[in-house]
Amino acid sequence: MKGVQVIVIGELINGMYKDVRKAITGKEADVIQHLAEDQVKAGAGALDVNTGPYSKNPKEDMKWLIECIQKVTDVPLSIDSTKFDVIEEGLKLAKNRAIINSTNADEERMSRIFELAKRYNARVIGLTMDKSGVPNNKEKRLEVAATIVAKAIDYGINVEDLFLDPIVLPVNVAQSQGVEVLESIREFKLLSDPAPNTIVGLSNASQGAKLRSLVNRTFLVMAVASGLTAAILDPLDKELMDAMIAAELILNKNIYCDSFLDAYRKK
Amino acid sequence: MAIDLAREKYSGSVNTVELGAARANGGTRAGVIKIGGETTMPFLFEEGDMPNPPVVGMEIFDCEPTDWPDGLKEAFGDALKDPVKWAKKCVSDFGSQFLCVKLMSPHPDWGGRSTNDAIIFLKSLLQEVPVPLVIIGCGDAQIDNDLMAKASQAAKNEKCILGIASQNNYKTLTASCLADGHSIIAASPVDVNIAKQVNILISDMGLDPKRIVMDPTTASLGYGMEYVYSIMERARLSALAGDKMLSMPFILFIGQEVWRVKEAKDSAPLGVKWEIATAAAMLQSGADMLVMRHPQAARAIVKYIDMMMKR
Repeated sequence: MKGVQVIVIGELINGMYKDVRKAITGKEADVIQHLAEDQVKAGAGALDVNTGPYSKNPKEDMKWLIECIQKVTDVPLSIDSTKFDVIEEGLKLAKNRAIINSTNADEERMSRIFELAKRYNARVIGLTMDKSGVPNNKEKRLEVAATIVAKAIDYGINVEDLFLDPIVLPVNVAQSQGVEVLESIREFKLLSDPAPNTIVGLSNASQGAKLRSLVNRTFLVMAVASGLTAAILDPLDKELMDAMIAAELILNKNIYCDSFLDAYRKK
Repeated sequence: MAIDLAREKYSGSVNTVELGAARANGGTRAGVIKIGGETTMPFLFEEGDMPNPPVVGMEIFDCEPTDWPDGLKEAFGDALKDPVKWAKKCVSDFGSQFLCVKLMSPHPDWGGRSTNDAIIFLKSLLQEVPVPLVIIGCGDAQIDNDLMAKASQAAKNEKCILGIASQNNYKTLTASCLADGHSIIAASPVDVNIAKQVNILISDMGLDPKRIVMDPTTASLGYGMEYVYSIMERARLSALAGDKMLSMPFILFIGQEVWRVKEAKDSAPLGVKWEIATAAAMLQSGADMLVMRHPQAARAIVKYIDMMMKR
């Protein structure tokens, strides 16, 4: 038995999606709660919460979303926002140890995010990009990742509580970046001992492409084989989850049995 | 310079299974035994806890055992001819913490009595001895499906552990356990993959995983014990890493395996040592319940457990 299982963070509670946007506007708690329950049932170990780009009052909306979700599940929440006050509102309300989604390598943002993480005992997703944008090779990604790890250590954050995101880009616009991301996942783990976690926002891999589910699950399997420890994805995509479970099985993370898919879902 | 020992941290734990129900809970047992609950590999108290010490129970049949070597029979004397007397001797003279009752008499090779006779015996046993029971069928699948359903009803609400369910024959026994409040023994042939599969099949029928005990199949010292040892270790490490479908406590049928090997048959004193050695090894790989035969071996293992449980 080698290594721990990939932490699945359900991505569906995001105001970017029409049904969620509508639920937020109309305060339809049951829509959000179903989404939360369905994702957890499908294997999500945490839920991403994002009010979306159209929210007029994201702080209020974040509060409402979290209160809705926590009435039906206690899984950790990934508080997804660019705004500090929205993140802090989320951290205040989260019953379980939250994940801040996210910081990048920008000095000022890192300082504020890591301060919040320290204050609320939260984990942090660190995007390996800085003011000059997303690196286009693994060397630069590694350099940015090292900056984030060093800063986190300065703030007294345990490296195990850091999730480094090499930033997956759409295969139809940045085809050369797939392999850079996969190799980055391997190399990020060598940055410290204990190793930082690695995470991807999976759906971005297939943004704008045809056969999205196939692209997503192939990418996920390859990333898991590269040592990925967490992924933000759509857990209701059953074939995607099945492929991930099978990949973990082949990597000897779980003991085989004929009903291995069922066994995973009984966790 | 002081050296820091590397210590494992585990996130999972072994399920706690309860054996026996007292009057307050609808049964008639004098005590309740808790099994499992470990958060560490055996006896490594620096890494986690073993809230419940492993327990030792002796094995009795509902008829005189014909295939036991003389050296083993001598330890019980005439009591072997009267199963209730035999059971009482195990409890009062030998301190057996629970009893494992094998209802052998309906088996064609063991007399082929009617299953009803075996149930009459079981009922009197429940009245005469106060300890919790593990009840096992005769080993013939067809007879056991009838026999164990009746045994389950006869011991309703006593929170026994019933056996033995396998990958090919688990439905009837699981249904009985569900109906009458018992736990179940899920067996696999020295195979961790099948062990996990049987656990899933049984829990898919609605039986709480906290009512499953695993029998990984026992092998005696010198006859493949190390295979069982490594299977148990693998399952237990997986349980401690959070695998819920392998988080069941283990039951090992030590006596049954040891007393059929040549060394034990030839010499009872050697057989006692053989039984002790096999049991001790199984405890080191995670055994929670041991079913033993020779009173001297059982006593020695109880002492060994006391010693190992000192923190």
